[in-house]
Amino acid sequence: MNSSRIFSTRRSKGCFLAGLCVFTLAAAVLSLWIGSVQMSPMQVLNALFGRDRSSTATRIVLYTRLPRTCAALLAGAALAVSGVVIQTVLNNPLASPSIIGVNSGAGLAVGVVCATAPLAQKYTPFVAFGGALAGVLLVTGLSRRNGAARTTVVLAGVAVSALFSAGIDAVVTLVPEALNGVSDFRIGGFTGVTMNQLAPAVGMILVSLVIIFSLSQQLERLGLGSDTAQTLGLSVQPMRILLLILAAALAGAAVSFSGLLSFVGLIVPHSMRRFLGEDSLPLLVSSALGGAFFVTVCDLLARVLFAPFELPVGIVLAFAGAPFFLWLLFRQRGGRA
Amino acid sequence: MIQIKNLSAGYGGKAVVKNVSLDFLPGEVLALLGPNGSGKSTLLKAALGLLQAMEGEVLYDGTEIRRMKRKEIAQKAAFLTQSRNTPSIQALRMVLHGRFPYLSYPRRYCKQDYAIARRAMDATGSREHENTDVTCLSGGQRQSVYLAMALAQETQTVFMDEPTTYLDINRRFQTMQTARTLAKEGRAVVLVLHDLPLALREADRIAVFEQGVLLCCDKPEAVFESGVTERVFGVGVHRVDTHHGAQYYCTAKEV
Repeated sequence: MNSSRIFSTRRSKGCFLAGLCVFTLAAAVLSLWIGSVQMSPMQVLNALFGRDRSSTATRIVLYTRLPRTCAALLAGAALAVSGVVIQTVLNNPLASPSIIGVNSGAGLAVGVVCATAPLAQKYTPFVAFGGALAGVLLVTGLSRRNGAARTTVVLAGVAVSALFSAGIDAVVTLVPEALNGVSDFRIGGFTGVTMNQLAPAVGMILVSLVIIFSLSQQLERLGLGSDTAQTLGLSVQPMRILLLILAAALAGAAVSFSGLLSFVGLIVPHSMRRFLGEDSLPLLVSSALGGAFFVTVCDLLARVLFAPFELPVGIVLAFAGAPFFLWLLFRQRGGRA
Repeated sequence: MIQIKNLSAGYGGKAVVKNVSLDFLPGEVLALLGPNGSGKSTLLKAALGLLQAMEGEVLYDGTEIRRMKRKEIAQKAAFLTQSRNTPSIQALRMVLHGRFPYLSYPRRYCKQDYAIARRAMDATGSREHENTDVTCLSGGQRQSVYLAMALAQETQTVFMDEPTTYLDINRRFQTMQTARTLAKEGRAVVLVLHDLPLALREADRIAVFEQGVLLCCDKPEAVFESGVTERVFGVGVHRVDTHHGAQYYCTAKEV
């Protein structure tokens, strides 16, 4: 075998991506179909494409399951791609939106706004983006000024995260009803997501994804290290900042409706690296699909495992993701680092 | 041609390179020698615009480097760094990155780019690993892939920071051979080296640094005869004439 990846030829890569598409689609369909109220596939189809909007089944599908499915797909894709970008730009495999202060920055911003100006809720995605950006700029800015090493950046991120998380906890303690709109905010979950809540975030996520995909070559070059990237003619600093802003937009938008989902941004990119290697475009696309698939499936499990009780999806993510990730990590030994 | 004039550069306001003037002549292998921390790598970084000069100037064919775009610099000077990331991508894709300075929108590689990349891999002996994931290569093989990436940039000047460190003896010679070939093609090759005998034997000119100051820059024989290397490194440097030409070796200074 001349490769450390699981899928190395162009053809097997294509098959993997196609398979991932199918799985993601299947997960989305299942997520629409299965829930605490049982319905037939026909009922689901009718609800989505039929004219009759009055039946209970239709309402459940349109106002509960559809927003929820969209939310899971989008949050997964956004956080995973954000993870790829942050890891590559900071040149650090340990970085991810939840570790580097991005998620908690977004969370704190949302918390503060919900507590002080409950009417401003429709602006949460933008507020969350602001918070996420503040988080990432604080961490990278601090580390840059001091010429910090790679591990220091992550440590700074952990410290900033802790600070922001304490802020979130303080908000929740002082104004308990502040984050009622976003259930399970601190663990992450999709209960009660509405299309209205989702709409602005959707735009932000889609636009950011498109821009990031179009910058995949530049991202790959950044991965060669900043000196090499610069001598190859890339303006490293502006490109880094642009990519970090986009990553913050993705993570912020996701956090605004899903709460602090952690883990996705770390394990999905690394899993995809193991499967496909580090060619940027396949890595980005597969991470988006993989993140969407993973979160949707976990959300489905969260709903059905202990029905009619629901688990916050963050818990399922960790229970399902951690063992899988560990298996993937130790599946093969002895490759050159 | 790249020229450095009265250059001072460093980090955090402290000059590591002090008032250095040096021309990188086409068709010549220039070796930069000096103990650790004498400013050789810093000089390379300043010459490539990776580090802002504190004083003095860096001229690319007469143009001050600060007035040039990154891409323009990348079309004139390539750099083989000392510390590198090794992403898990195909070797050929890696080498193709060397074509980036020439890509215009929509940034797709054309046939010619592939041809140039493959030729560069031939030149560094890494063609056989074209389809291999870089992370699966040995240190020496990786080095040859990185060198191919720098060559694919097709620049007049090629900088290499310690290109022979960590390599086995055969690859060391190969690297120097590549450097010689590049010089013969009319390029300026600038190497930071720690292997004193290798530098004295293979380079056309040698620049010796001590604490950021350029002590001398001359032909190897002249540098050897001046005794400056002995003094700077604190070792004995000797020459023997063999039927393989002049060979140099070092001994520890007697206390």
